[in-house]
Amino acid sequence: MEKKLTLADLARILEQYDVVELEDVTIKGEVELELGSSAGLALPPVLAQALQSLMGVRERPETLEAKKIEALLPATFKVAKAEWAGEIEEVTIGATSADGGTRERTVTIGGEKSLPFYNFDAQMPHPPVISVDCFDMPIPLAKAVREYYGDVMEDPGEWAKKNVREFGADMVTIHLISTDPTIKDTPARAAARTVEEVLQAVKVPIVIGGSGNPDKDPEVLEAAAEAAEGERCLIASANLNMDYERIAKAALKHGHVILSWTQLDINAQKTLNRYLFKLGVPREDIVIDPTTAALGYGLDYAFTNIERMRISALKGDTDLAFPISCGITNAWGAREAWMKDSPSKEDSDWGPAAYRGQMYEILTGLTLGLAGGDMFMMMHPNAASTVKKVTQTLFGAKVKEDKAKRVAIEDWVTWDAEVGALKK
Amino acid sequence: MKLSSPMEIWKYLPGTNCGECGEKTCLAFASHLKERSTRLEECTPLFEDEKYADKGKQLAELLAPEIREIEIGVGARAAKIGGEDVMYRHELTFYNRTALAYDVWDTMEEGELRERVRRITNWRKFYVGEFLTLDAIAVRSVSGDARTFAACVKAVAEETDLPLVLCSFDAKVLEEGLKVVADKNPLLYAADKTNWKEVLELVKSYNVPVTLFSPDLDMLNSLALTFSSAGVEDLVLDPGVSPAGEWLADTFSKFVRIRRVGIEEGDKEVAYPLMSVPMTAWMIHGDALDASYWEAVLAAMGIIKYADIMILHSIEPHSLIAERTLVENIYTDPRRPVSVEPGLREVGTPTGHSPLFLTTNFALTYYTVESDLSSNKIDSYLIVVDSEGIGVEAAVAGEQLTAERIKETLESYEAENKVEHKTLVIPGLAARLSGETEDATGWTVLVGPRDSGRIPGWMDDNWPPE
Repeated sequence: MEKKLTLADLARILEQYDVVELEDVTIKGEVELELGSSAGLALPPVLAQALQSLMGVRERPETLEAKKIEALLPATFKVAKAEWAGEIEEVTIGATSADGGTRERTVTIGGEKSLPFYNFDAQMPHPPVISVDCFDMPIPLAKAVREYYGDVMEDPGEWAKKNVREFGADMVTIHLISTDPTIKDTPARAAARTVEEVLQAVKVPIVIGGSGNPDKDPEVLEAAAEAAEGERCLIASANLNMDYERIAKAALKHGHVILSWTQLDINAQKTLNRYLFKLGVPREDIVIDPTTAALGYGLDYAFTNIERMRISALKGDTDLAFPISCGITNAWGAREAWMKDSPSKEDSDWGPAAYRGQMYEILTGLTLGLAGGDMFMMMHPNAASTVKKVTQTLFGAKVKEDKAKRVAIEDWVTWDAEVGALKK
Repeated sequence: MKLSSPMEIWKYLPGTNCGECGEKTCLAFASHLKERSTRLEECTPLFEDEKYADKGKQLAELLAPEIREIEIGVGARAAKIGGEDVMYRHELTFYNRTALAYDVWDTMEEGELRERVRRITNWRKFYVGEFLTLDAIAVRSVSGDARTFAACVKAVAEETDLPLVLCSFDAKVLEEGLKVVADKNPLLYAADKTNWKEVLELVKSYNVPVTLFSPDLDMLNSLALTFSSAGVEDLVLDPGVSPAGEWLADTFSKFVRIRRVGIEEGDKEVAYPLMSVPMTAWMIHGDALDASYWEAVLAAMGIIKYADIMILHSIEPHSLIAERTLVENIYTDPRRPVSVEPGLREVGTPTGHSPLFLTTNFALTYYTVESDLSSNKIDSYLIVVDSEGIGVEAAVAGEQLTAERIKETLESYEAENKVEHKTLVIPGLAARLSGETEDATGWTVLVGPRDSGRIPGWMDDNWPPE
């Protein structure tokens, strides 16, 4: 038996069953409609649409605009992988007894085939490493740093030991700053003995830094390279304003890695690296330092300079395809890192200097890590451990404690700061 | 933008070289459009003359940034977010800096609430010639009660002209808050897979921007497609920030991949501003100082990799100074000159007995020294050496600042005609040049402090010279 439906019946049925869409429905037969005259009858959108299409009525744009969407439109998020032609050189620092040295372990950096931490493009092969600084004489340090090193500043060996034992340094950098003629003019031979002391004191790979004096450094670093024969240290550094040839040759002769340092200048970096190639320095013996500027004090230039170098290298520029070292300790040059109050009377309160310093070091380090830094020379133990933790996490290392720390992330909206806990 | 060269842009311009835009030729104007250093509206004929109307309309679409630009708030402190065209700042520049929103919540005692809002609103820090300020206030519904939330929003709006972000997953709560500030264009947070219908209705009737939240990127894409199909285009996408572990690495990857789709693949479905919520750091740290550092770490990731707006909790000075400075560094136009003109400047009203300080022409160094002198009301001369735009310490090491160059600078700007004492104060970081400079110039050289912020104290002990 045929049953007749009125339009109002149909509307009620559709509503009752929560029908939101009519698929493959054809309405046959004679249809007489007087839409709009059925007072009080609200047509469900699906029915209105079906009827309109039946009558060949095109929806007016306003109708479309006002259309009530009843279900989410399905979508699949798709993204392509970035593939690069180039690859960063892999460099190992430190030599164990198997390789003629006395280090207990080595560190390897570089080898990237993608931008830093872009594991979704290509897994980063090695996480960045942290080398904690020590100096060959007591130096003026911000109060927040001095409290950690005050007891070891007279003894570079003890200082280096503390960096490894207490602060978990992957490496130690010994800066031979007292050799500067305008500081103490310590002779190169004495500096070489300091290097020996540090090598005795710690078993991690070390970085040997000069004073930055372009006239004295070649002599100092040559003597240090000889004293550290076979340990595969990183010699810091060769640059265009000095007799880089002498330093490069010493590094080559005594089996070290050389740090090629330029000042925020991509072309100078290419030039210096090519000079090093000409001198016969193997590619796996080069790390570059394109210069670190502190947060607020040129970090934008340092970031972009490093990012551009890394992208050029991945695009295939082999002059720049080297691991990058960053002198993050430079962050302490920012006045915000150490000064008690703002010199500007109109600034809002700066708060305790002790909190600011490590913050500046952390953000300078992480920023350059995201640009392409592979190795960070750092100073404040908490800053070093924080940068290590975030870079390890982004690298993909499993951090045990984090298992428990999976949280319902949208709950920040109702997070109760008073009790410092999640509100249920 | 969809056009890759000034020539391609030029094809859509009138080509009459009329000069209305202020440029001599249409091609010059096209170059500025390509660099986004002018606005299309400057070409008045394109919009006033009917024969160009079609081309004008097409060009406007082709020039639109890859990532939609949206505005939150009203008035002088309204914030534009999104509008980005590149993945790396050196390719052009990043445009609208990451807006930093700091939170308040509706269970705060009213006096405390108002005080916190005032601190966020009035915070400022001097940096390279101007004051940095904060961008927005996020109001969180912790109580879950609509009336409590509305009262909180009302109090906040009375204290600030900053844009607001209204935060709750309950559409009824959002609506009560929205009623109070309906004319202030707040950003809603958030629509998700369960409440989206109600929030969509709300957004349509109040015409405000809205955040879509889903850590599942298919769902996020689906939400964005649904809202845009319903005619709602002022969207912000929040893929969620997991504060630790492998989920943090995953968070990082989501921001990069969403932006890559929007910019490099030109897929409009997710080409919207992104929101990051570093304050999730507070949910895993018991200690407030630790939490503030980790929050800054998450913030730095977002500032560098593609967050256009973020919600943060710590308003301690060490957090604000560092986070806001990093935003400034990353969003500064890299085409901006690094250096200022060398020369001899006057600070205040110096006389022949006022000190003469030396600095380099690295813009940041110059502005810092200049501000330290002027803010401390030290009448003085400041001689700016051409160090090729490099700061003092690096310029000494790189020999862009040498005794010889100091001598040339003193001579070419006739410093000896300005001061009677023939004494030059060099930066503490250039101390090693003092002897050579005395020899080269015949001037008396005093070594100033290592940081120009200490000049006031240094003056007490060292000026005038014996």
